[in-house]
Amino acid sequence: MEASVATRTAPQILPGKVGVWWFLASEIMVFGGLISSYIVARLASSGWSAEAAHLSVPIASLNTLVLLTSSMTMVLAFGAVGRGDRRGVRTFLLCTILLGLTFLGIKAYEYSSELRAGFMPVTSPFWNFYYTMTGLHALHVLAGVITNLSLFVAARRGLRNAHRVELAGLYWHFVDVVWIFLFPLLYLT
Amino acid sequence: MMRWLPENVSSFGGDIDAILSLIYSATLAWFFLTLGAILLFLFLYRRREGRGATYIRGDKLSEAVWILIPAVIVLVLDLWIDFRGADAWAKVKGRVPSSDLRVEVTGKQFNWEIRYPGPDGKLGTADDLQLDNELHVPVNQVVRVTLKSKDVIHSFFLPNLRLKQDILPGREVEAWFQATKPGRYEMPCSELCGFGHSGMKGWLHVHPADEYQQWVRERWPSSRQGEGSKGS
Amino acid sequence: MAESAVAAGAGEVVHVHPEELGFWRTYVFSTDHKMIGKQYLFLGLFMAVVGGLLAYAIRWQLAFPDTEVPGWGFVGPEDYNALVTMHGTTMVFFVAMPILLGAFGNFLIPLMIGARDMAFPRLNRLSFWTLLGGSLVLLSSFFVPGGAASAGWTGYAPLSARPIYTGVNWGLNLWLLAHAIEFASFLMGGVNFLTTVMIMRAPGMTFFRLPILIWQLLTAAVVFLLSVGPLIAGAIMLLMDRIAGTSFFVPEGGGDPLLWQHLFWFFGHPEVYVVLLPAVGLAAEALPVFCRKPLFGYRWIIYSTLTTAILSFIVWAHHMFVSGMDPRLAMPFSFTTILISVPFAIMVFAMIATLWGGSIRFTTPMLFAVGFLSMFIVGGLTGIFNGSAPANIHVHATYFVVGHFHYTLLSGVLFGGLAGIYFWFPKMFGRMLNETLGKIHFWLTLITFNATFFPMHLLGLGGMMRRIANPMQYEFLQPLQPLNVFITVSAIGLLLAQLPFLINLVWSLAAGRPAEANPWEAATLEWSAPSPPPHGNWGEAIPVVYRGPYEYSPPEVAQDWLPQDRALAARPG
Repeated sequence: MEASVATRTAPQILPGKVGVWWFLASEIMVFGGLISSYIVARLASSGWSAEAAHLSVPIASLNTLVLLTSSMTMVLAFGAVGRGDRRGVRTFLLCTILLGLTFLGIKAYEYSSELRAGFMPVTSPFWNFYYTMTGLHALHVLAGVITNLSLFVAARRGLRNAHRVELAGLYWHFVDVVWIFLFPLLYLT
Repeated sequence: MMRWLPENVSSFGGDIDAILSLIYSATLAWFFLTLGAILLFLFLYRRREGRGATYIRGDKLSEAVWILIPAVIVLVLDLWIDFRGADAWAKVKGRVPSSDLRVEVTGKQFNWEIRYPGPDGKLGTADDLQLDNELHVPVNQVVRVTLKSKDVIHSFFLPNLRLKQDILPGREVEAWFQATKPGRYEMPCSELCGFGHSGMKGWLHVHPADEYQQWVRERWPSSRQGEGSKGS
Repeated sequence: MAESAVAAGAGEVVHVHPEELGFWRTYVFSTDHKMIGKQYLFLGLFMAVVGGLLAYAIRWQLAFPDTEVPGWGFVGPEDYNALVTMHGTTMVFFVAMPILLGAFGNFLIPLMIGARDMAFPRLNRLSFWTLLGGSLVLLSSFFVPGGAASAGWTGYAPLSARPIYTGVNWGLNLWLLAHAIEFASFLMGGVNFLTTVMIMRAPGMTFFRLPILIWQLLTAAVVFLLSVGPLIAGAIMLLMDRIAGTSFFVPEGGGDPLLWQHLFWFFGHPEVYVVLLPAVGLAAEALPVFCRKPLFGYRWIIYSTLTTAILSFIVWAHHMFVSGMDPRLAMPFSFTTILISVPFAIMVFAMIATLWGGSIRFTTPMLFAVGFLSMFIVGGLTGIFNGSAPANIHVHATYFVVGHFHYTLLSGVLFGGLAGIYFWFPKMFGRMLNETLGKIHFWLTLITFNATFFPMHLLGLGGMMRRIANPMQYEFLQPLQPLNVFITVSAIGLLLAQLPFLINLVWSLAAGRPAEANPWEAATLEWSAPSPPPHGNWGEAIPVVYRGPYEYSPPEVAQDWLPQDRALAARPG
């Protein structure tokens, strides 16, 4: 109970970083709930593997590679912030945005070929989950692209708010990690 | 307070009532202890001139035992209620005893469909007997009820038998009971199932053995031998 | 600005914010945590009036079935289901949470930890406006074709999953949307609470010097953030079922209705503690002040709170004992459920022990705090009936449950929340509430509250199901009808008993006696700021904290309280 001003309790942490981590904790529970539901539903019934076989593993693998690469360019953008390299920040953010859009484009192509093959969101429980899980993930990717885009625009005027690249990066990696879970759960089983 | 319970007419209702009474006694004792302490302290330690408050923080273990020991008593009572409860639960919901009398109850918006296997003892055959909202059973005999739903969740509730079981569409849920007293007992739905939920109810008729046989003879299709309740 | 005029408290230097903000920035689009807290408070009170009116119509229909509700009209069975659904949703998500978390959390967290504002003031403003939007969406659902949601506040599927089962289409979609918006609002709020407490504490404000209310709000925020995810996932699936025609919860398409119940209650039960813990905190703040005595077992209360939070994640299936899930799961969940009584018992005993040896002042906030404690004990004890799996077979989905959760949740909002409003009103608005009206309000509320909700337990034991529109349709319930009439009369009394409060509120806001900075002679940090605190809360210097929050009647000083921020020359507390 010794009192002192020395126990200055506010260390130098970026408030945004704490906030983003708590936000991600709740996001983990959203996808956690969805993924657990999928696993439980799948364990309780049979025949899902045959339906999962209709998905295209090569396309999804390519998409995984795209998303992983985008995480790397996001790290590079953060590294450029540390060096004060405005040009680097903008370049790597642009790469991340384009890779994110590539991911969404490939995903859209995938959806359309599946829909053409007659696999609707209402076809069966597997397709219920497939479209809902990947759809929610795609919305998260879209949100990340928009965030990165706003940072890219802001970085044109300087690096005053560049610490936000780190926060956006945390979110971007989270979206990436979710995909790392979805990919094997939906495609490879 | 226990006298508000409807009359119990099932073999396991007594076990459930015993648990309710046990919890009632335990919680009533705590109610008087805690509320009594609150009122007593409020009276004893009301503000009076020349008497200040005592400085006790209650963080030290020697002080905190005043709250920790009662908490341990709470824990022991909890376990007592759990252990006694486990037996009652196992009896009612654990293993469904085997029975010669099987009946299927299907909930639908907003009726109970009762289906008897008929003389061949098999459900789903042509000689099944189907009734709306009327369940007839003999007294003192175990009845197995297969619960189904055609649309949403309903709940099969027999207040006098202390039986309640939600019915999930797409599944068959097994329940059982053994009525101990002839009579006519209400059988409401106790899970919100749509605009007609209020008023969705049926009747359980518990007959003495001979009266039940007579009912079977009169109502069951082509059951000349009158042993429809026996499985083949 | 008007704020600093009343504020000349205990001779402090009032720091007037240099830039004068206009009306809109001050009262409407404010980023000041105090104004946002007040906005939450008034939104919550407004929605409480809505929820109270729904309760009035519900109760009238139950006591006098199929007669016209005076001032309302005829309530049909569809309307009745919508009434109970909207009453539950409104009260839990748009009254209890905005008042207990939104109002007190926003107003008190920065003041109690010694910060000038929340960590993210603009996010804070966004949270409030999001919630307001959610409230409007919820209210608008009354007016769409087909009427408001009517599948119960728990929205059990498949009743909720296909419009055909309820006849309600857009009402239920909007109901889901209102939930989504509410969750988004409180997710932002929770992130803000947690970040603020983690990094914005004043010098010397260690975690074990935080007022207990902060601990409770912190725990509630964590519990909310970690439990709401699965329900958000569930709500997305339910919305897909309704709009896209998937069948996550519809058995015909291979779905599972029980999955919704698991997802709902994984959040639904922790949610109870999200509401309850702040109420415990509010009462626990008032008790030591008016007993002039430290809160007994401060650390034990904190440990109990954390234990409750952890346990709350492994009890959810006690809502599902008779749902058709595997009966072998029941007893483990029954055990964890009943086990929660232990940490709550410690909190209750600690609050009772705080009274022992005190010098008790019976002010209105103290009365409400003790009222909360007493009612909360009843709610906790009746919870054992529900939590025991075999006893639950009989009381499940009856009025016993309704009585139980009103004793816990409504006592939290009504007694805990009002204790908080009476206690911090001087700090919020710079004026005192009238004590006489306050005491009349308390006694009327206490009597009518018990007359309303206690008999519900008896009805429940008698077997009366919840969510039935007309008990007279059941022969076994007809003898119980006088009790229903009695409850309805009491409930109307309970609603009318809030009039003295509303009068008090309006009159005191306009013409109450100006409050000094520390009218209750309390020791926590918020009382070191002027009443009401100016923008930025304290003048030039943030207070420095030297000791715990409840140093009342300490031996080392003559005065019977030692504020957290007062430096003592000799050995500090």
